[in-house]
Amino acid sequence: MIWDRKHECMSRRALESLQLERLKETVSRAFERSPFYHQKLGDARVRPSDIASLHDVRKLPFTTKADMRSVYPYGLFAVPLKEVVRFHTSTGTTGKPTVVGYTRNDLELWSELCARITVAAGVTSDDVAQVAFHYGVFTGALGFQGGLEKVGASVIPASAANTHRQLMLMQDLGATALLCTPSYAVHLGEAAHEAGMRKKIKLRWGLFGAEPWTEQMRGEIERDLGLSATDNYGLSEVIGPGVSGECEECKNGLHIAEDHFIVEIIDPETLETLDYGSQGELVITTLTKEAVPLLRFRTGDITRLNPELCACGRTLARMDRVRGRTDDMLIIRGVNIFPSQVESALLEIEETGPHYMIVAYREGALDALEIWVEVSGRLFSDKMKELQAVEERIAKRLESVLGLSVKIKLVEPRTIARCAGKANRVMDLRETR
Amino acid sequence: MKVKQLSIFLENQSGRLAEVMDALGKESVNIRALSLADTSGFGILRLIVNDVAKGHEVLRAKGFTVRETDVLAIEVPDKPGGLAGVLAALAERGINIEYMYAFVGKSGENAVVIFRIENADEAIKALQAGGVKIMAAQDVYAL
Repeated sequence: MIWDRKHECMSRRALESLQLERLKETVSRAFERSPFYHQKLGDARVRPSDIASLHDVRKLPFTTKADMRSVYPYGLFAVPLKEVVRFHTSTGTTGKPTVVGYTRNDLELWSELCARITVAAGVTSDDVAQVAFHYGVFTGALGFQGGLEKVGASVIPASAANTHRQLMLMQDLGATALLCTPSYAVHLGEAAHEAGMRKKIKLRWGLFGAEPWTEQMRGEIERDLGLSATDNYGLSEVIGPGVSGECEECKNGLHIAEDHFIVEIIDPETLETLDYGSQGELVITTLTKEAVPLLRFRTGDITRLNPELCACGRTLARMDRVRGRTDDMLIIRGVNIFPSQVESALLEIEETGPHYMIVAYREGALDALEIWVEVSGRLFSDKMKELQAVEERIAKRLESVLGLSVKIKLVEPRTIARCAGKANRVMDLRETR
Repeated sequence: MKVKQLSIFLENQSGRLAEVMDALGKESVNIRALSLADTSGFGILRLIVNDVAKGHEVLRAKGFTVRETDVLAIEVPDKPGGLAGVLAALAERGINIEYMYAFVGKSGENAVVIFRIENADEAIKALQAGGVKIMAAQDVYAL
């Protein structure tokens, strides 16, 4: 099923023509209205009139996460605040998150894009869709809700907590579609099995994303929950979910909404744009977003592009499942974590020093994070309750910074010294799934 | 009056405690009293040794996190009710005890108990008023 045949099955010629028209318009608007881009394009000596062909997108300078952080909160906004009707945030690389905004038109666009991918995944207005992404400032939950409502599905805004409740709603309300992280889907499958309610589950479609997952895991989820599972990709900086998604017929690459985003693959070292088929860093330019236009945003995600026509009939190019990152970002239960965030949070706490270790592991199906904190002179108190109080304080602080609950383990200085090697701060004990 | 106790942070791993004992033993530092407080994640080892400065340095050089804390070594009559009497003298003045542990050896006829009390000076006054004998630091190290 295709939601927007006109755009999803456009001829490449018409698509490229549309992209060029929109690219010119966006660069022009960004240059004129976004303080950040006015500066950046000025520094790079690029004028909107320099964009005469799609190839000229390469003339534009890149935008990085650090750039976004440097103009926190509103430096990238190309509209007056009054026109912003929604904010969302994403993880920042250190203390502050990155902030994005949406005008009414942006929200409409977002719903359209999410409608496309939910329909591509099999969902129709007859479905009861359970959104088990965390509701709040992260884009996953509200993004999908917008799309599902457009399609006319009946949305259960279950959010991401309380497995018991999730299963109860799933069973009693007859949910036929599930949207969450792949690891949460595995977790729900296990819980349903333990509760002996596997037969009561009526799920048919699943849209999973926000973290990497393999074909094996897809098979496991499809078996455990009796549904057809598809991958989808998005990031808050670009818009949220809806950037790309698999078609249920083929499950062979994620169709990218190219009428709204120009995608490139670059070599993360040389910054050279690579041909279709090469693996490299995904770079995205927004073509129609109003509040926060983004030019050549370096996502840090590693993938490959496939322009071949898909059997489903869509002409939109596909990307592979994301293979990894160019940086040290971790994804824990769908939440992006940068080691530098942990470091800056620890440095803010008086007693803690700069020596720590981030340990990612799994508890059952779910990711968990433990931070080892060195007990050095300043932190060490002879009183047990004081040490425990510091432990708790560190845990609370990290939880508020990372947006995720973590365990703290107080360790002797040499434990970290032995593992650190070349100042390596992360131990990922999770096996790829 | 105030005795210097060494507090050492230990992870809950087998062998850590043995390492401490081994390090001290090799440098001929003798342990007079010992207590180990624990949680599931870590422990605090408290030691009274005969040579505080040496003990501290030996452990610090081995990479342990060490701290010196002031405690009181109190002589307790070695008979039923002996300890109760000492505790009463403190309770009367509303003095709070953080933790305590007993010595293996004796001072003459009396048992010796180590006390960590937040307000040590107040405690010393209260105990002396109650006729309780507090040992001098040198005597404790030499026991």
